[in-house]
Amino acid sequence: MLITERDQLRSEISQFVKKHGGDRSALIPALQYIQQKYTYISEFAMQAVADELDIHPVEVYGVVSFYSFLDCRPKGRFVIRLCRTISCEMQGKDRVARQLENDLGIKFGQTTPDGAFTLEYANCLGMCDQGPAMLVNDQIFSKVTPEKVHDILQGCRQVFGAHAMQRKEEHII
Amino acid sequence: MSEEIKTDRAPVSQRAHKVSAGINGDALGAKVTVQIDGNEIKVPLGTTILEAANELGIRIPTLCNHADLCVAGVCRICVVEIEGSRTLQASCAYPITQPIKVKTHSQKVRQARRHILDLLLSKHYGECYACFRNNNCELQALAKEYGVDFFRFGHPSKPFYEVDRSSYSVIRDMNKCILCRRCVRTCIDLQEVGVLDVENRGYQSKVVTYMDKLLGSVVCINCGQCINRCPTGALRANDPTDEVWAAIDDPKKHVVIQTAPSPRAAIGECFGLEPGKALTFELNTALRQCGFDKVFDTNFSADLTIIEEGTELLLRLFKNLVKGDHSQPLPQFTSCSPGWVKYIEHFYPELLPHMSSAKSPQQMFGAVIKTYYAKKQGIDPKDIVTVALMPCSAKKFECNRPEMCDSGYKDIDYGLTTREMAQMISEAGIDLPNLPKSDFDDPFGTATGSGIIFGATGGVMEAAIRSVIELVCGIRIEKLFEHARVMPVRGFEGVRYAELALPQIGPVPDLLKGLVKDWEWIKGATLKVGVCHGTANAKKVLDDIKAGGQFSQCHFIEFMACPGGCLGGGGQPIPTSPEIRAARARAIYSEDESYQIRKSHENPAVVELYQKFLTDGPCGHISHKLLHTHYLSRGKYIA
Amino acid sequence: MKTPSDRNSMTFASITPNEGLKIAVEKGRMGVLGELSESGLKGRGGAGFPTSVKWNLAAAAHDTKKYVVCNADEGEPGTFKDRFILAEFADLMFEGMTIGGFTIGAAEGIVYLRGEYTYLRGHLETVLEQRRKAKLLGKNILGKKGFNFDIRIQMGAGAYVCGEETALIESLEGQRGEPRNRPPFPVDTGFMGHPTIVNNVETFAWVASIIVKGGKWFKHIGTEKSTGLKLFSISGDVERPGVYEFPMGITVDQLLREVGGEGAKAVQIGGASGHCVHQKDFSRKIAYEDIPTGGSVIVFGRQRDMLAVAKNFLEFFVEESCGQCTPCRIGNEKLLEGVELLEKGCCSMKYLRELCSLGETMQIASKCGLGQSSPNAFLSIVKHFQDEIMGRTAIE
Repeated sequence: MLITERDQLRSEISQFVKKHGGDRSALIPALQYIQQKYTYISEFAMQAVADELDIHPVEVYGVVSFYSFLDCRPKGRFVIRLCRTISCEMQGKDRVARQLENDLGIKFGQTTPDGAFTLEYANCLGMCDQGPAMLVNDQIFSKVTPEKVHDILQGCRQVFGAHAMQRKEEHII
Repeated sequence: MSEEIKTDRAPVSQRAHKVSAGINGDALGAKVTVQIDGNEIKVPLGTTILEAANELGIRIPTLCNHADLCVAGVCRICVVEIEGSRTLQASCAYPITQPIKVKTHSQKVRQARRHILDLLLSKHYGECYACFRNNNCELQALAKEYGVDFFRFGHPSKPFYEVDRSSYSVIRDMNKCILCRRCVRTCIDLQEVGVLDVENRGYQSKVVTYMDKLLGSVVCINCGQCINRCPTGALRANDPTDEVWAAIDDPKKHVVIQTAPSPRAAIGECFGLEPGKALTFELNTALRQCGFDKVFDTNFSADLTIIEEGTELLLRLFKNLVKGDHSQPLPQFTSCSPGWVKYIEHFYPELLPHMSSAKSPQQMFGAVIKTYYAKKQGIDPKDIVTVALMPCSAKKFECNRPEMCDSGYKDIDYGLTTREMAQMISEAGIDLPNLPKSDFDDPFGTATGSGIIFGATGGVMEAAIRSVIELVCGIRIEKLFEHARVMPVRGFEGVRYAELALPQIGPVPDLLKGLVKDWEWIKGATLKVGVCHGTANAKKVLDDIKAGGQFSQCHFIEFMACPGGCLGGGGQPIPTSPEIRAARARAIYSEDESYQIRKSHENPAVVELYQKFLTDGPCGHISHKLLHTHYLSRGKYIA
Repeated sequence: MKTPSDRNSMTFASITPNEGLKIAVEKGRMGVLGELSESGLKGRGGAGFPTSVKWNLAAAAHDTKKYVVCNADEGEPGTFKDRFILAEFADLMFEGMTIGGFTIGAAEGIVYLRGEYTYLRGHLETVLEQRRKAKLLGKNILGKKGFNFDIRIQMGAGAYVCGEETALIESLEGQRGEPRNRPPFPVDTGFMGHPTIVNNVETFAWVASIIVKGGKWFKHIGTEKSTGLKLFSISGDVERPGVYEFPMGITVDQLLREVGGEGAKAVQIGGASGHCVHQKDFSRKIAYEDIPTGGSVIVFGRQRDMLAVAKNFLEFFVEESCGQCTPCRIGNEKLLEGVELLEKGCCSMKYLRELCSLGETMQIASKCGLGQSSPNAFLSIVKHFQDEIMGRTAIE
């Protein structure tokens, strides 16, 4: 990451934190903002946030690693989170999981080589009456069947094509 | 004597809770009766069950609780039963706000504690007899206390994690960690260094550095306070005793050791003595029996430090106040605590010009031994091995700083902690407490009381004041302070400030004649000084200076990285607590008063050194080459 | 027979918007507290703490700043009624929060919305904006001088334990979501050290409804100790899964008939942290004094392997424990290992008993509600289905 990019990230964080009261309660919103924009929170970003809030980088790391939706390592453009809790499990989540692995060619916990998809499990998504359910980034899909998996991934790929360039730029941090 | 422990940094979940008047109206300040195991006691509202039980003499086991740290309530070993409550409560974290009846060893409580212990043991890898905390381990002690005779939930047969040996000072073996988080609280709340925190959650929780990097590559100041507070052997100092033994066993090597006052005041604790009994002269005998060729007193170089640092202060005052030259700004900061040195290099590099360039006593001594002493004794310095017995884990890093070799050799080869020295002595089968006394070796002899008190917070300042007053005012310090006790800078408050009007000026003493003509320029001045210990307190002072507050007006400030000063150092016997540190301080101050010479500038060996070796005087060319150093602007960015 | 997730059949749909807020302002703080006390409303998140008591304490606390926090971190397996309320009755929930602000004297409300529900945020922000435009939020609400209150939404970041109120507050303060030592309680020392009420989404919606229809109305529904109505999230082996409104005190049998779950062999009530109820106990009541619940009902049909159920729940807790206290962090891991032994058919009765006894320790010695309730499912499954789970032949 170039110095100028770092400076830009720094000032971005600084502005965000100021807007949110400037104290530690701004930490998680700030991290979510970075996560949203850059798909993950880099080592440098964590230290910049720590600086801004006058806390230690390890505290920021402790927070990032605590929450499932905050990542300090790069993830795919689309993070697929398949619910594995009881109701979805009873409604056939295993077959959906298998199909996701087959269609993406990766296992759970992995990211596709092109950086498009990350496959993860999630705990209860609150869609127990319409399982199996999964989140693709913020979007919820319910009553997913192995058959539907392909369509959902296809939909993502179309979006991905349009944003590929933009993503690349933001990803180098 | 109570130490100021900084807890306002801790997450609310870990802070000691004050009882507010809010809920129960105006009950604040009132007392409440609590019944523990049938014994009644009246305690102030908000007292924890653990405190109340302690007052009754009832023992409740603890692990995550520590006298120096804020409340955690996470290990749950201290749970007790409160009548009428479905769940057990952690006695360390439960404030008494109404009359309650407590049972500390009911069936439920005993069973819960056994389970908790067994759970901890199921995740605690290692064999007790291959652990440096054998017989001094809180987990082991509890296992004994609760009669653990088998591992009901299993015991790990292989390690989970690599041992991190990357730091010169601290080794981390997370296989032994029980996640009590004392180290986390020590590092963040007590020291404001923030190396350690917990990563992940649930079964993946682990105490880590930033991004789980090696300790040697993050912003650690090596103070070792985490070691002193670890209940198990998960944290330990990097131990060079094998190398020291090898040097002793090598007939070609001339092995000299210097001992600092704090280990001498505390080493007895490793041999079962109560804290507060200094074994200075017994230790000399023991060290000779171990095979060290010479035993020197670090106080010699502490006295030397006072002369160098005191002279530097006078020169700085002259430059800033008379010449208007602010290249070396005021206040001057002390530089003898290597943890503190690394702290400022990381966190406040912009304030480094304030640092005295004087090396620490340990390093000064090394440089003098490998030059002056080597020549005097006719020994090739390459055959001299310098060992330092220190209360400190950061000294291990300090002696390995690449710039610390002004003698042409590594000034100090090995730094030993109090604990490691005790280990060597017991390995040699020596019964330290009952040894005959013997004196230090020449040519450095026995030092002064000023050197001794370096071990306690405020000691460097007191020693400096004693000498500066006498050298500048030409009067005896005893005229101003009874028994030379400079009380305004003593004590255990985290941050202290004192003012001292110079009553008169005297003639310039011989030692300083080359540097100043007279003292007219300082006539009628008031010396403003500050003292702080624990780097969380250092942060307060430094922030105050940056904000132009009271401490920015100071002339001289003493900083010690460890709470209590060196006597509370990271190499000292475990455990530590405010009471133990106070006892060690008493030992140090009483040793000071037992000396005939109490002021650094009167140390005959120091005077001789300036006459015969450092001939161009304090802060002269030779001393600058050997006894002074420079600092690195490290910054806090972790790559 | 009821239709699942039928908005219009629910009481909330019959409440005139903002009627409750107007009445609250007319009645004054004491009036609101009186109605709530009369209604007997208990926290709808599951813990069942009387709402009026909580609000009374916060109202009585002296502080310049107080907070109203809405716990929308619904994460209990099998629970989704808050999602339904957020989507269908957000206005009513915000109204309840505003009444809360008025009653305890808070000027700021925070909705802690779980990260998994990010897709609902846009809708909620729109509703908030409408309320601001209608002067139902902001300064001098409904023209009452000094009645200032606004609400912001803060997103959770994926941690079940943040549903525990003190962990939620830690999370709001930018910390790891680790529950605090209690006492002190949030009503005394909450967000940023100020008195704070933390209530469930549904609780706030009921508050607004109760103020409109009166505490008496609510009290006369349900049982003596568990008054009023409650939303239930029904999932699992039933014909009509979804959200339903039932009176408290409904028996498991009645409930199963309503949702098409007859013939179940067991029902998990209260989610992963709740209890597994055996068929023979289906005449028991769902109520705080009998089988307490936050509204989650998961139905298991004849074919279900109860050991697999226990395993799923324990896998959940092993991951979602915050990890600070020993019994929960390591205890759940040991229970899960025990289930794996049972799966392989190599767990002795002695060890199983040891694990049950460990479960009891976890119930009383853990730091927070998560740890204390995490062994419930395991213990009740072992108790009721011992024959089913013991002595299995290992599957290669």
